[in-house]
Amino acid sequence: MIADNIVHFARVLRGAGLGLGPDRVLAALAAVELVGLQRRDDVHAALSAVMLERHEQQPLFDAAFDTFWRDPKLREQMMTLRLPKISGRGEEQGPPRANRLAEALSALKAPEPPNPAHPTAKEELQFDTHFSFSDRERLQKADFETMTTAEYELAKKLAEQMPLPVDPVRRRRHEPAASARDGGRLNLRATLQRMARQPHTLTPLYMRPREETPALVVLLDISGSMDRYSRLMLHYVHGLMRRALKVHTLTFGTRLTNITRCLKERDPDVALRLADEQVQDWKGGTRIASSLEEFNRLWARRLLGANAALLLVTDGLDRDEHGDLSAAAAQLHRLAHRVVWLNPLLRYEGFQAKASGVRALLPHVDRFLPVHNLASLADLGAALRSAPVAPQSLLH
Amino acid sequence: MSLTLPESVDAVIELLAAENYVCDRQLATALFLSLKLRRPLFLEGAPGVGKTELAKTLARALNTQLLRVQCYEGLDVAQTAYEWNVARQMIEIRLAEAVHDTDREALTRNLYSRQMLIERPLLQALTQTRSPVLLIDELDRADEPFDAFLLEVLAENQLTIPEYGTVVAAEPPITLITSNRTREIHDALKRRCLYHWVGFPSVERELDIVRLKAPGASERLYRQVVEFVQRMRTLDLFKSPGVAETIDWTHALVALNTLQLDPASVQDTLGVLLKHQDDLVKMQNGDTAKLLDELRAKALL
Repeated sequence: MIADNIVHFARVLRGAGLGLGPDRVLAALAAVELVGLQRRDDVHAALSAVMLERHEQQPLFDAAFDTFWRDPKLREQMMTLRLPKISGRGEEQGPPRANRLAEALSALKAPEPPNPAHPTAKEELQFDTHFSFSDRERLQKADFETMTTAEYELAKKLAEQMPLPVDPVRRRRHEPAASARDGGRLNLRATLQRMARQPHTLTPLYMRPREETPALVVLLDISGSMDRYSRLMLHYVHGLMRRALKVHTLTFGTRLTNITRCLKERDPDVALRLADEQVQDWKGGTRIASSLEEFNRLWARRLLGANAALLLVTDGLDRDEHGDLSAAAAQLHRLAHRVVWLNPLLRYEGFQAKASGVRALLPHVDRFLPVHNLASLADLGAALRSAPVAPQSLLH
Repeated sequence: MSLTLPESVDAVIELLAAENYVCDRQLATALFLSLKLRRPLFLEGAPGVGKTELAKTLARALNTQLLRVQCYEGLDVAQTAYEWNVARQMIEIRLAEAVHDTDREALTRNLYSRQMLIERPLLQALTQTRSPVLLIDELDRADEPFDAFLLEVLAENQLTIPEYGTVVAAEPPITLITSNRTREIHDALKRRCLYHWVGFPSVERELDIVRLKAPGASERLYRQVVEFVQRMRTLDLFKSPGVAETIDWTHALVALNTLQLDPASVQDTLGVLLKHQDDLVKMQNGDTAKLLDELRAKALL
């Protein structure tokens, strides 16, 4: 009887998005057997110890536990009513993969050349109205166009070949080195193992610290003035994630949203659609200072460990009366191994740091990547290849 | 010789209370299950809420050895599990050469024998005659490859050494893993453990803890301290003070012969509670006065 209930309970939790394998169900049975059924809180504690793996799951679990162990008949309703659906796979309604699918289908009928039309043409018309900032909170959706085939191919190529905005860092793990000359140290253990195999030779083996690309955290400004570039940058970040790098992505406009999980989806169109659903403040105002403060407080220590680098994508146009941008940026600089600032809003060569937000940010970045006329992924690639600008030189 | 383990959740609470560790029922249940099911216990929570202390107390209460792996980036097998004593192996080879020993089989067997192994905590945990408490502290500070290395030890209580064979624990260790969540630990590792989030204690429980750990203050001061700290945790601080900080603060106030909180004594000792300059500035800019006023309103001051 109790076994049946636990199995049902596990199924309810699984429906709500918890990853519960049969091994956990067995462990749950054993756990309940051990603590007994005398006290409700013991059963609760036992089941949560066995079934949870993250603190965030606790409220969901509590809600499910309360309802389930009161009246099992409620569980049908609960599954539909009380628990938020976290599944996010979206198999039910066919995702609109319009452009590439339509292209693929039409290619069967008439071999039209893929239309690398300006995806930003429509937006450019509205650009003047969007090129303004405010800290009014305006909640809206982005409605990204799906990718054309040409874009898709280009994005894939760029993600694989484009230089990374961050340099590799030296780790404390070792890799084999050819000789002592390129920074190698004698690896006694490996040398001896080699000797055991070939007793009459002595071939010293060397090792040196391994260099790795650090984890990358992308902070993406999605406010109105950055609207033209959000889609492009999201495609770029998605490409980086596909390249098996550790990338965490957060967007900010008037609020900070972590969209890392959305971008884990393999298909770029699905990934962007999921991100669009999750983020509430597309094309709204900008609160850079408060967003950076919030990031420092809630996320920095979780994401910026192990020499992680931070890529800040923003135009630096801030209208935030509540926060101190300079202090927030300074703290961010202390928390991250490297801060790289990619500023896409420079459409002329003689850039001068005039805006107060830009002046506040510049002293606290290690590398400044100005992008002139960013209209496509190819432009972004060119920018990443160009020589970095020393942030200090722009301040005078 | 095996340990005598507590037989119920209440017995766990009593066992820890005897060693001055105040523990809520939920944590006791998780610990009880971990002891009974022989599964590692994965403790996550803010720094200073007693995760490491639990392991130390448990080892004392069960009267067994505590083996500790303090994690940091680049931690590898040689530092945590075992290492071949290469210097001794070399000498062994040299000696064999000197006496013209040509039995290569015997030499190899000798070179990779148990005496040539230097045991580090993980291997030690498997070779004790009495189950030790194995504490893997701040696992989030180690890098991901180390998580994967732990899987075998945690799930099977065994360790495979390629040159030697598999060491299986006769008396499996009681394993506790702590993490401050500076990164997410891989699900494969969490799957093999029981999970418990150690939160900040309630007012009453924190009072119990402070009375036990920082004796010498008046009941009035204890209550003021705990209420003050609890209220501080609701502020938007970069790092909320943990229980460890509450205890330190009480010690500091007792050392300064403070009878009750006032703006000056709080200001002077704030560095014990808060370790971030931004937080200190925030508190100094009026929040201290506000909290003290609140305490006064509750008639605690």
